[in-house]
Amino acid sequence: MVEMIRINGLSKSYGDVPVLKNCSLDVARGEVVVICGPSGSGKSTFVKCINGIEPAQAGRIAIDGEDLPSKPAAAARIRARIGMVFQHFELYPHLTVMENICLAQIHVLKRSREEAKAKAHGLLRRVGLTDKEAAYPSQLSGGQQQRIAIVRALAMDPVAMLFDEPTSALDPEMIGEVLAVMLELAREGMTMVVVTHEMGFAKAAADRVVFMDCGEIVEIAETARFFAEPASERARLFLSRILAH
Amino acid sequence: MSGFDVSVILDALPFLAKGLGLSLGLTAIAMVGGLALGLIIAIARLSRFRTLGTLAALYVNGFRAVPLILVIFWFYFLVPLLLGRPVGALYSVLIAFVMFEAAYYSEIIRAGMKSVRPGQWQAAQASGMTYLQAIRLVVLPQALRKMAPLMVTQGVVLFQDTSLVYVVSLHDFMTSASIVANTQNRIVELYVFAALVYFALCTAGSTLAQRLSSNRQRAH
Repeated sequence: MVEMIRINGLSKSYGDVPVLKNCSLDVARGEVVVICGPSGSGKSTFVKCINGIEPAQAGRIAIDGEDLPSKPAAAARIRARIGMVFQHFELYPHLTVMENICLAQIHVLKRSREEAKAKAHGLLRRVGLTDKEAAYPSQLSGGQQQRIAIVRALAMDPVAMLFDEPTSALDPEMIGEVLAVMLELAREGMTMVVVTHEMGFAKAAADRVVFMDCGEIVEIAETARFFAEPASERARLFLSRILAH
Repeated sequence: MSGFDVSVILDALPFLAKGLGLSLGLTAIAMVGGLALGLIIAIARLSRFRTLGTLAALYVNGFRAVPLILVIFWFYFLVPLLLGRPVGALYSVLIAFVMFEAAYYSEIIRAGMKSVRPGQWQAAQASGMTYLQAIRLVVLPQALRKMAPLMVTQGVVLFQDTSLVYVVSLHDFMTSASIVANTQNRIVELYVFAALVYFALCTAGSTLAQRLSSNRQRAH
């Protein structure tokens, strides 16, 4: 198995309050891992530690065989290789859709404007939003904004994608369009780590499910196993609650 | 003194215009210089390096704790001492204004940068931008847009403050008006005229600030 992401003994606390306790996870190339768990379990913090935008106090992370350095400037180069999608989209409000997609391509990857735009056009076509390139984020629906945010991350040709609750801030009728894009990505073999409450997505796309609670990784299981017979009592309880409605 | 004699003002117009030129020029330079220096100070205050942040905070709090008139005085005597040669009232005043305004502008910019959501920083960082790239490309453009009305308002205050340069015998607009008022013994005419000019220019500035802030609200 070729590991794309290796996370070893990750720990973090805010003052005396531990938010991550000795978390380890390996993600293989092309694998889709869904992280679930009750809110406040440290899922978001964990996924943000993977590319180092949240600093951890202990532990090692390697991306594609390369250690994530603690020095911010050196970490930036590795971060550029991992795409990230946020709960609240975080498109840049002062820039158009096209400018949003091109900004890091031009300033981080040093692509020419034409190259960046061509890349953006191709990806916008894939998500069916070519007509929105001149729009500002505030003129788009939540679902459209999130699809643009995914395009913005994909434009960097990432080796892996991280999703932090990508559908939690969306109106119910828009969740489908975002999940569809994510499913397609998963089928194409993108390495993905997805924090989500969408168990339907997990069943359809995930190779493995990680269950977190109170800052700990309680259980890592193959998807079918996890839903059929979770090993831990806490996971069983969580599933019964989340699948009840 | 009989009636309101407009001809006094008309005769003195070239002299008054020169004073107004100094006031406006000083305002412009202090704004541009103050913004540039203020930007550096704001970034220093927000930086991870403690000492840098403390030094910047000292600068800001120091300048904001003294009246501008005192700063103008100080620099008039201090700058020549530091440089070892006389620089003239105009240059010492320029330096004083730029440094004084930088303290105020840095606070406006800092507040603007802090008002940008943490998620925006994270998105910029996640895309591989360095800290300075994130500031330049993502955070500052948003901060400056938000803060534009406040900056214009600060500019209006600054314009009024240029009248303080009389303490080092420079002829700004207010000083010029009062010179004419005293030599021609036409105090009412000149001071009414001066008030009207200040009123017109500052109202224009305030209107611009309001425009900017309502534009911003419409854009979001």
